Amino acid sequence: MWVWFHKLGSPKYFWGFSQRLLPWLGALTALSFLAGLALALVFSPPDYEQGETVRIMYIHVPAAMMSMLVYVVMAVAGAILLIWRMKMAEMVAAASAPVGASFTLLALITGSLWGKPMWGTWWAWDARLTSELILLFLYLGYMALYNAIEDRRSAGRAAAVLALVGVINIPIIHYSVEWWNTLHQGPTTQGVRVAGSIHPSMRWPLFTMMIAFNLFYALVLLKRVRCLILQNEKDSAWVRELVSEK
Amino acid sequence: MNLFEVTRRMLRRDLLLAYRHRGELANPLVFFLIVVSLFPLSLEPDPRLLATIGSGVIWVAALLATMLSLDAMFRPDFEDGTLEQLMLSPHPVALLVLVRVFAHWLVAGLPLILLSPLLAMLMNLPGEALPALLASLALGTPVLSLVGAIGVALTVALRRSGVLLSLLVLPLYIPVLIFGARAVTDAAAGLPWSGPLLFIGALLALALTLAPLAIAGALRISLE
Repeated sequence: MWVWFHKLGSPKYFWGFSQRLLPWLGALTALSFLAGLALALVFSPPDYEQGETVRIMYIHVPAAMMSMLVYVVMAVAGAILLIWRMKMAEMVAAASAPVGASFTLLALITGSLWGKPMWGTWWAWDARLTSELILLFLYLGYMALYNAIEDRRSAGRAAAVLALVGVINIPIIHYSVEWWNTLHQGPTTQGVRVAGSIHPSMRWPLFTMMIAFNLFYALVLLKRVRCLILQNEKDSAWVRELVSEK
Repeated sequence: MNLFEVTRRMLRRDLLLAYRHRGELANPLVFFLIVVSLFPLSLEPDPRLLATIGSGVIWVAALLATMLSLDAMFRPDFEDGTLEQLMLSPHPVALLVLVRVFAHWLVAGLPLILLSPLLAMLMNLPGEALPALLASLALGTPVLSLVGAIGVALTVALRRSGVLLSLLVLPLYIPVLIFGARAVTDAAAGLPWSGPLLFIGALLALALTLAPLAIAGALRISLE
């Protein structure tokens, strides 16, 4: 299995692999979104106290989970880049950053839209909201650093160091904010504990949407990485051949 | 040359260089003072309001003052080539970098701590808050120097890195800010304040051990 992973480190192999995978991935993503949205919008019950607005949860929770997952992916890719110097790791990290930032922004905005009917306010300095906002700052800082350095390889490596420092900081930030907040008596948080206490009629739509978001991320990531491959490898023979035969 | 000798020479060099530019040492201090003064000027100088926001204001001003002084850590050496020579040294770069950050803290962080009682008086903080302010700054400013040094090392090769450095470093400063301001607020309210202080101590331990490695790695990347 590690041999296959190592083969993925070659841009040419990754190109072929993603080429074969993309149609299936696209179909699966579309199907899971259709199923998820149908379940979420039509075939799931309104909440007994929130009414129909609970349906925002089916976008908000997966977006928030993806925002954190993508950061971890960026950090892991960064570590792989620094330790094993795989070119593909750098491209995966660079391609993931705007996607992760978008998920974070989506989580913040949908959370705000959900908060207004639920808590009566667009924003509160609750631990989770504050941590998510800081995560957005971390993403923006990462993208700013990557774009500021001209040499692409140095930029990738510097950004990798930043991602690793940030990933160590994320639990620290989250717990420090939670600690700060619980002593300040913020508004009552309605934490949706996904694993245990959520009712099955809501659990399945949520689960389906989570899978859909994950597949969507994989789809977008592969497409972005393919663009980066063409950009970065444009001087190599196989890319020139590929472009000339179109 | 053993490591103790290396440390001594590096420290002596950095402090001597800082002394030769001693006119510039006052700049972060004056900034600290001015920023804190901006709050009573912009809001009502009501003593109770100032006492309420004082801990946060002083800590945020300390954060910003530290950030402004960070650039001087590596940029002059980068520009004249000394940094590359340091990287080529047979001694562990992490140690050299740690000494550099310590020198920076002596020159930029320690004066902030010494000025803070004056600012506490300006913001009408009660006397009980003063030990907490001094202790939290004493533990927190080294963390700010260490984590800030990572940001400087990542951006030292860029021409205009000022705002970018702030963008990178401020989110990483947030935990220190939270616990530092919390310690002072709790002390002012007469509550026990050792908890936040212990957290800052933990952050300091983490930064002391890991930051030099990150800084050395970042410098290597910036210089290639």
